[in-house]
Amino acid sequence: MAKSLFEKVWAAHAVRTLANGQTQLLIGTHLIHEVTSPQAFGMLRDLGLKVAMPHRTFATVDHIVPTDQLVEPYRDPLAQAMMEELRRNCAQSGITFFDRATGKQGIVHIVGPEQGITQPGTTIACGDSHTSTHGAFGAVAFGIGTTQIRDVLATQTMALGKLKVRRINVRGRLRPGVYAKDVILHIIRVLGVNGGTGYAYEYGGEVFDRFSMEERMTVCNMSIEGGARAGYVNPDQTTFDYLKGRPYSPQGAAWDAAVERWRGFASDPGCHYDDVVNIEAADIAPTVTWGINPGQGIAITESIPDPARATAADERASIEEALAYMKLRPGAAIKGTRIDVAFIGSCTNGRLSDFREVARHVRGRRVAAGVKAIAVPGSQIVALQCEKEGIDQVLRDAGFEWRGAGCSMCLAMNPDKLIGDQLCASSSNRNFKGRQGSPTGRTLLMSPLMVAAAAVTGSVADAREVFAVNS
Amino acid sequence: MALEKITAVTGRAVCVPGNDIDTDRIIPARFMKCVTFDGLGEFLFHDVRKNADGSDQPHPLNDPRFRGATILLSGANFGCGSSREHAPQAIQKHGFRAVVAESFAEIFFGNCTTLGIPCAAAARADIARLTAAIEADPGLEVTVDVAAGAIRFGGQSIPAEVRPAARDALIHGRWDAIGELLDGLPAVQALAARTPYLAA
Repeated sequence: MAKSLFEKVWAAHAVRTLANGQTQLLIGTHLIHEVTSPQAFGMLRDLGLKVAMPHRTFATVDHIVPTDQLVEPYRDPLAQAMMEELRRNCAQSGITFFDRATGKQGIVHIVGPEQGITQPGTTIACGDSHTSTHGAFGAVAFGIGTTQIRDVLATQTMALGKLKVRRINVRGRLRPGVYAKDVILHIIRVLGVNGGTGYAYEYGGEVFDRFSMEERMTVCNMSIEGGARAGYVNPDQTTFDYLKGRPYSPQGAAWDAAVERWRGFASDPGCHYDDVVNIEAADIAPTVTWGINPGQGIAITESIPDPARATAADERASIEEALAYMKLRPGAAIKGTRIDVAFIGSCTNGRLSDFREVARHVRGRRVAAGVKAIAVPGSQIVALQCEKEGIDQVLRDAGFEWRGAGCSMCLAMNPDKLIGDQLCASSSNRNFKGRQGSPTGRTLLMSPLMVAAAAVTGSVADAREVFAVNS
Repeated sequence: MALEKITAVTGRAVCVPGNDIDTDRIIPARFMKCVTFDGLGEFLFHDVRKNADGSDQPHPLNDPRFRGATILLSGANFGCGSSREHAPQAIQKHGFRAVVAESFAEIFFGNCTTLGIPCAAAARADIARLTAAIEADPGLEVTVDVAAGAIRFGGQSIPAEVRPAARDALIHGRWDAIGELLDGLPAVQALAARTPYLAA
C-alpha cells in the first residue's frame, strides 16, 4: 500500500504501543542546547539514570551566546553559568559538543544540517520548537519540552501520539523578489496559526521541487508557527547533493546504500493524506507581518487591516489588540512604516544563501540614518564562508554590524535586544509581544531582502522596487 | 514510581482572556536564563502583569479577588510558540493545577500532561459562562473532572474534554512516561540494532 514519508518513518521507529495508546518512538538523533537541557540532566541525576545513547546526542550553544563577545567569561554571569553547565553535562555523558572552540558552533538547526547529522528517513528531537527545520531533509523532527528531553536522554525514545499528514502543494513559479520566507508566511496566513494542530505538514509541488535545501529549511522551520509540530519535504537529488561529503554523512559504499534507502522513504505516489491544500505560487507576494502572531501578515502592497471591517467579533478583537500593541494605524499602508532596527539572522534566515542574496543587492548602498542594522550568521561555518566571500565586508560597508554566530535578536536571551518600543524589521520567526527582549518591543517579520530594503530606506519597503529585483 | 492519579482538580478559577496566548507571553525568554525551574512561578505572564518600574499592570493574576486560584481559563490556541517547558513549569509553580481553554497548542499540551497538569478543552460559550460565574463569585468552587470530561461549578456542568491519551495517562497515574519508557529499553536496543543509521 502507498504510504507517506511520515508513515514510513513512524513505522520504522515505533518501538511499541504504550498503555495510554501513544507510541514509544525511537529518536535516532537528539540535538540539545543550553537553555532547555540543563534541567533534563538534573532530572536524570535525580533518578540515577545515564544517557542511553550518547553517540546519538549532539550539543551546541546558541540562545545565550553574546554575538559581540567571543571570549569567556561572558559579561552576563547567568549566560556563563549555562554555558559551563552544558559543557560539564556533555563531558560527563560523552556527548559531542560543538562548542565555540570547535569552529562548528551555531544555531542548533543550522549545525545539524551543516554537519550532515540531519538525514532523510530519521527521527530527530530537540528541546526547541523550530526543530521542524530538519524536516527539509525528509526527517521527522519534533520540538519537545524538557521532561521529554530527559526521556530521550534516558531511553532514546519518547511517548507520542501519531500525527495526521497535510500535503501542501505550492504550484507554479514564484515571482521575482518572492522568497521561501514569503511562502511560509503566506501559508500561515492562509491556514492560520493553529491550522496545523495535530498535523505534520508535507510540503511539495514545483516550488519545493526547485527550492534549494536552505529554502526548504526556511519553510519547514516555521511549520510550528502554523501550529504543525513537524513539517517536511520529501528527499530528492537536491537533498542528496547537499549531504554528500559532509562530516557525518555516510562515505564510500555506505553512501550509495544510504541514498537508496533515503529514496525509499519519500512518499509513494497516490498515498493517503488526511488533508491536501493547494496554493498558487503566483498568489504569493513579499509578505510582512503587522501584528503579534506570524499569521497576521499582508503583502507589502496591502494595507494594515481595519478592525471595523472585520466580520467576526473575535477577529475584530485580535486586530484591535495587535494594532494597539504595534502602534500601527488601521487602513494605512504597511509600506513606509518607519523602523528603528533591522535584524538579519536566526534559524529561519541565518544561512549562507540569505547573506549572499542580501549582499548582492546591498552592495554600494547605506543603512539609513537612525537605523541600527545587525547581521548575525547562524553558525561559525556560515560566518567563515561569508567572510571568505567578502559578504561581511559588503554588509559592514553598508553600515550593518557583522556579528558572531548565535540566535541573537530572534529571542534576545543575549545582549541583542530591542529597547523600549523600537520597531524591528526582522528575518526571524516570531513577532509575539516582547519577543525581541523588550516588553514593548515591536517586530515585523519578513524575508532577509525585505529587511535589507527596510534598513537602507529606513522604513518598510518593497525590496523589488528598492533593489530593482527582476530575476 | 507511583504517580498521583489525577482524576479531578477542584479549586477557584481565574480567566486570562484572549486567543493565541504564546509561551513568550507566559514566560518571557529572559527568565529562562537558569539551570533549574525553581522560582519561575513569580514571573508567570510577567511582561503583561508588570510595568517597567516593577509596579502592577491591570491583569487578572494581579486581581486580589482571584488570588490563590488553581484553575486557569483562557481562549483558543493557548500555549502556542516556543516549546519551552518553562511555560507550564511557571504555571504550575504559580499554583495552577489545571488549564481550561478552547484549544491548546500541541507541544504545550504535551508538556503540561507530562507534568500532571490536565489541559481541558471547552467550548467558548461554556468558558464564557464559567468566567461570568467566577466574576460574580470569585470564591466559587470549580471542579475540572478529568475522568468525566466535565467542569462543575455552582450547580452547573459544562463539557470539557482532556484528549483521550492524556486523560488516560492522568487518571491512571501514568502521566510521566519515564517508567514505561525505561521498561521498553530492551526493545529499544533491539530496534536500534536493526536500524541502519543507528547500527553503524
